[in-house]
Amino acid sequence: MRRRVILLTLLLLAPVSMLFAVAIGSVAIEPATLWRVLQGTATGVPHTLVVELRLPRAIVAFVVGGMLALAGSLLQVLLRNPLADPYVIGVSGGAAVAALLAVLAGASAAGMSAAAFAGALGSMLLVFTLSRSGPGGTHRLLLTGVVLAAGWGACISLLLVVAPAMQVQGMLFWLLGDLSNARYAGVGFAVLVLGFVAALALARALNVLARGEGPAAALGENPARLRAIVYVLASLLTAAAVTLAGSIGFVGLIVPHLLRLLGLADHRYLLPAATLLGGSLLVIADTLARSIVSPIQLPVGIVTALLGVPVFLFLLARGAHRMGGA
Amino acid sequence: MIRLETRAVTLAIGNRVLCRDLSIQFRAGENWAILGANGSGKTTLLHTLAGLRLPDTGSVLLDGMELRAWPARQRALRIGLLFQDYPLAFPTTALDLVLTGRHPHLGRWAFEGEDDIGRAREALAQVALESFDDRLLSTLSGGERRRVEIAALLAQDAPIGLWDEPTNHLDLRYRTQVLRQLCARRSRPGHLNLFVLHDVNIAWQLCDRALLLLPDGSTLAGPASEIITSHILEQVYGCDFRELTNGNEHYYVPR
Repeated sequence: MRRRVILLTLLLLAPVSMLFAVAIGSVAIEPATLWRVLQGTATGVPHTLVVELRLPRAIVAFVVGGMLALAGSLLQVLLRNPLADPYVIGVSGGAAVAALLAVLAGASAAGMSAAAFAGALGSMLLVFTLSRSGPGGTHRLLLTGVVLAAGWGACISLLLVVAPAMQVQGMLFWLLGDLSNARYAGVGFAVLVLGFVAALALARALNVLARGEGPAAALGENPARLRAIVYVLASLLTAAAVTLAGSIGFVGLIVPHLLRLLGLADHRYLLPAATLLGGSLLVIADTLARSIVSPIQLPVGIVTALLGVPVFLFLLARGAHRMGGA
Repeated sequence: MIRLETRAVTLAIGNRVLCRDLSIQFRAGENWAILGANGSGKTTLLHTLAGLRLPDTGSVLLDGMELRAWPARQRALRIGLLFQDYPLAFPTTALDLVLTGRHPHLGRWAFEGEDDIGRAREALAQVALESFDDRLLSTLSGGERRRVEIAALLAQDAPIGLWDEPTNHLDLRYRTQVLRQLCARRSRPGHLNLFVLHDVNIAWQLCDRALLLLPDGSTLAGPASEIITSHILEQVYGCDFRELTNGNEHYYVPR
């Protein structure tokens, strides 16, 4: 009952956050005007602002937020660690290094996106290959990812130090998360839908995996195969999110954690709820990022982190006892 | 009817042989106690019988077919395994946890139906946790959590029950009550139980057969009342035992 209420609330929050995003900005749009735009009867500046600028951007924000929260939920159960997030396995670091190298090489925006995606996939394959054999399973995967992420972090610092001053600001902007690139909204949405359906097909198996790999095997799952599928799925979602919008922290960590604290443990509810909440939160955060100190647009990663850190610390202090033994 | 069988099974961890050349048949209608000192290979044997690991040599057969040839889902419908402990990573309610036992019975997209939820509630009632549906596991005592885990196995409804120290954390009342209830499963067609136990007196009272793992990798199997003796227990555990008798009942107390 309670979980249906949460899911229904989040289903309503998604369109509300979208309306918030298209109405608010450096130029505010009155509700009556917005209504006419949405009906298709308005023209001129409001139409351009809403339909050509804000709506595609809001869609990208929703898609990226949904991907990150979904990937975070998957990785938390994969690593059996409620504090895991999409960046812990080094995928975004690989994407960032490749994207920054593309900038240094003078690539276009499209070239940068392609490089980011390739970097993310390369990093994913590297972690998976290095951690596949030998004992340790989950811990080995986590440790390999964390160490690789640290390596990528050093490479990013190095690139920022050696890059010409003119290019550094663009690089930093990308690193902090940037949703101004709305060209791939449609592709992103398709990837999110595919990833979501695939994740939902695994949802009950994930409930079993959450009890441990041994219990999952005893209940008829193949934990090694399930782990590989979940890892690849989470990595692809993270790679797509990073390619669309750079690195955006905390959404993937906080959203699943928050929903678990609200009592959603069943992944058949948790995964859709996380996708909806992650999407809505990033839409709201991005709207704030481009309107708080308008006309300056803040990188959305700064807003999610500034909101995320206190919320997370509060949840951790208040809810730690509910994690039971973890 | 032979349901589970080992043929010349040897189990080793690293260079240490835990159990050598074990050939044994477990039949429907039997309750087995598996006894042995710490580190003697009881859990390893149970996991091997459940198909979670392969024997180092030899083979395990389920209903006459190599265990590893069974599809995992089919195996889970026949063999249920209670682990020694389950580290808790996420908050879960008692009913949600027990419902995971229904996993092998359901198709990929299926939700648990009324029947599954009814069975899960019945399983919770069997371990005297009727009103615990929505309780978070983290708010339960160790013994209550153990009973929830047992209920998940009951909801799985696999005829072959492999129970690794099911009485862990249980108080004196539930230790006997729950174990009696599990033992009673054997009267259902095709059902049998293997219990890894540390309490030799409970093993003696409730199980008709016993498998003893000795420190040198050898094994002894037979009717519990015949092979559980002070002399053999001394070999198994490496300490002296005193035998107390009360009519037909025997109790063994380490000195």
